[in-house]
Amino acid sequence: MRKSRTLNLGTGTFVLLGFAALLFLTTQTTSRGLSVFSPPHFDLTAKFDNIGDLKVGSPVSMSGVEIGRVVKIDFDENEYKAVVLLRLNARYNHIPTDSDASIYTQGLLGGKFIGLTAGGADTYLKNGDQIDFTQSAFVLENLIGQVLANFTNSKANSTSSGDTSAAAPAPAPADSKAAKPKATEKAK
Amino acid sequence: MFRELWESLTDALEGLGSVVHFLFRLTVNSPRALIRFNLISQQIFNSGALSLVIIMLSGLFVGMVLGLQGYELLQRFGSEEALGTAAAIGLVKELGPVVTALLFAGRAGTALASELGLMRATDQISAMEMMAVDPIQRVVVPRFLGGVIAMPLLAAIFSVIGIYGAQLVGVQIMGVDSGSFWSQMRASVGASDINEGIVKSLIFGVACSLIAVYQGYYATPTAEGVGRATTRTVVTSAVVILFLDYLITAAFL
Repeated sequence: MRKSRTLNLGTGTFVLLGFAALLFLTTQTTSRGLSVFSPPHFDLTAKFDNIGDLKVGSPVSMSGVEIGRVVKIDFDENEYKAVVLLRLNARYNHIPTDSDASIYTQGLLGGKFIGLTAGGADTYLKNGDQIDFTQSAFVLENLIGQVLANFTNSKANSTSSGDTSAAAPAPAPADSKAAKPKATEKAK
Repeated sequence: MFRELWESLTDALEGLGSVVHFLFRLTVNSPRALIRFNLISQQIFNSGALSLVIIMLSGLFVGMVLGLQGYELLQRFGSEEALGTAAAIGLVKELGPVVTALLFAGRAGTALASELGLMRATDQISAMEMMAVDPIQRVVVPRFLGGVIAMPLLAAIFSVIGIYGAQLVGVQIMGVDSGSFWSQMRASVGASDINEGIVKSLIFGVACSLIAVYQGYYATPTAEGVGRATTRTVVTSAVVILFLDYLITAAFL
């Protein structure tokens, strides 16, 4: 009797430890946590011309604080726009209706996220509303393409005119152009 | 010479066929064996709880090595904050299930095989048959199910201890920021990674336990036969685990 008691105790402890480890893996190492305990929330939609590589599960933040997540991405065939469904925590129900949503990049090469900037209206967004002011994703490849195009253009110009000294300052305006959107993005 | 080759080929196919047949018999008998759960729980204790020390120690050291090697490699690119991600993904998806299964084959698989082989050698299995007790249901299935249940739990424990081992070396000794270690891990480890680890360890649990009880049950009833069954359990398990690991990883990509 005593032997079977210690045996059951050992088995029980082992199984408990195992499930505790599984729970730790699913809640502590992933961002998702347990979806069973999802807090009260409300949904908003926003239409973007280009969402870049925004994915379902990407964060939605306001002033850098995460207030929700992207739960669905669809394509509107009439307007040729991406329709993004945002799920925000119900605590944040004082977002003005004229707020704007933009797609930013985390770090230089990180994933995309949606940043909301508060507007000045007295009415607040509620479940099912649409955010009208949106700004598309900043696509790094397009920018690199532009810079390269500028660079080759200016090079071609300088060689055709035969002025070698023009070649050196030529990339500078292209560079400042490249730096500009990045700077505005950071400022936001 | 061709004849020998042909015979060894048919032998191998015959062996595979009888393993599949044995697995079928085990699954058919499993629901009835579940009624006597204390037999299974005893085997969970034997295969799982008694393997806990070796699993935890190995997990700690594997995690520490991951932390050290990962730090060395990542700091060359100035991204040592990604250490948490690297350690967690490596442990949860690959090292956890595979190393646990290899250790399980060595610690629990050999014990199962030699126990069943000795039962066969000392005619205990024949005695049971004579008393109209089905040895498959009474002896083999509880051991098989115990191993299948214990394996994913052991793998999860291994991964968790390993992550803490990597954290110990990376954060405490090498000085990676603790906040970014955990937050980068949380940001990039997804539910699918955890699922892959669980599926792998479940399949490895079935494979390891099946090989061990098969080798033990069909061991030649001599001292030498039991020894050979034990050796074969470890060798076959190791090869099968690594082969299955490749297959499952490819299927998940």
